[in-house]
Amino acid sequence: MNTQNVPQDESSTYAKMKKTIYAKNSDGKMQGISSSGWDVEETVTRQALDDIEEHVKEAYEEVKSGKKSTLYYFMFAKKMDLLLLAQATGFFQWTIKKDFNPKHFKKIKQSRLEEYCDVLGVELDEIRELPNE
Amino acid sequence: MSDFKHTHHAHCESGVISSMLTYHGFAISEPMVFGLSNALNFAYIPFVKIGGMPLVAYRSLPKSIVKNIRKNLKIKMKMETFSSQKKGEDRLDKLLEEGKIVGAQGSMYWLEYVPDELSFHFNAHNFLIYGKDEEKYLISDPVFAEAVKCSKKSLSKSRFSKGAMAPKGLLYYPESIPKDIDLKPIIAKNIKKLSKNMLRTPVPIAGLKGLRYLAKGILKLQAKDKKYAKLFLGNIVRMQEEIGTGGAGFRFMYASFLEESSELFGGNAVLSDASKMMLEVGDEYREFALVIAKSIKSKKEIDFKKISDMLFKISENEAKVYKKLLGFKA
Repeated sequence: MNTQNVPQDESSTYAKMKKTIYAKNSDGKMQGISSSGWDVEETVTRQALDDIEEHVKEAYEEVKSGKKSTLYYFMFAKKMDLLLLAQATGFFQWTIKKDFNPKHFKKIKQSRLEEYCDVLGVELDEIRELPNE
Repeated sequence: MSDFKHTHHAHCESGVISSMLTYHGFAISEPMVFGLSNALNFAYIPFVKIGGMPLVAYRSLPKSIVKNIRKNLKIKMKMETFSSQKKGEDRLDKLLEEGKIVGAQGSMYWLEYVPDELSFHFNAHNFLIYGKDEEKYLISDPVFAEAVKCSKKSLSKSRFSKGAMAPKGLLYYPESIPKDIDLKPIIAKNIKKLSKNMLRTPVPIAGLKGLRYLAKGILKLQAKDKKYAKLFLGNIVRMQEEIGTGGAGFRFMYASFLEESSELFGGNAVLSDASKMMLEVGDEYREFALVIAKSIKSKKEIDFKKISDMLFKISENEAKVYKKLLGFKA
């Protein structure tokens, strides 16, 4: 890639930031060039962000209708999934799944609740409440 | 630490090392760090899932750049991890008081200066901490255009983030750098090593075998649900383009390393030819990404065969670069 071909597409997913990419300049030498984005990258990043967003919305509805506990919502809202949450807390996935049950979640130990709060970055007085839409 | 200069790099770990060694009087470019630490690689590990998608990596394991540079340049690099957050915080303050600049590992997600669009749970992000003002730590994050600041709370949360590849507060800094390092033999050795690794690894999921394995995996998507197939393809490109400059960006960086090396060897033709070839391979990765992005957006049927063939072609052309490099004689 030549330096003048380095895309400057001002991608929304760059959040006004720039990235450095190495390219060949007119003297035939390689150098680092700032890029404001590339449409291709924006497409795939947007796809992943939309997928997360979709999960968050679905989770929100399931919690609202009483099918799932607020933990289930916060897991997605904080860009995690079951695997990440299990790795971060050190809890087995099947035990976390049990905590997705609203009735069960009400009764879990304080220490376990604190661990969830810690890895999700949610305050103790917030984790049992579904935020307003 | 007023004399420290932030530089905007392509990749976090190689960027930290380049800035750090340059600050300590051993001027070294990011591509040179990348090449000397054998950071280029490929792995496709379908049974390891990240965000529900198989792992696709275009470079070596996190921390391997720091470790390989330490080994290959015989730098005394101190690496410290901590059993408690308090200890890690105190140690950082102590090192900064001594006037050191310190490399650190942390999770991207908890760093307050990272915008939401770029913030995800990735524990192996690297950055430099070069000082502290009244309230905040002064940070040189290589993938950011300017130096940034970060509160203690946010920095600690990042450094002590839990889960896979947990940083455990990792801090690193050179204690001594040998005088008169001769890069030439190190370059020759690592070019050879990389070429062999990429061409002849016995592991079917790594190197160019891994690339062909992924190409076969793409063909199998024909039988899969369309949404999954699109997410799978998008994930390949995301790992390639977004996560720390990935496949194409790393090939461009390696091309730059080969060019710089060629000059060190008095305009060596093998290295400069290989640099040009690698640059073209990088362009092919970009073309591959473009075709995938188009198929994700399009409502038409995806041409998996075409996408898979492109990747097979890339593996052939990339193999030519390594074969060329094996013929390099210092």
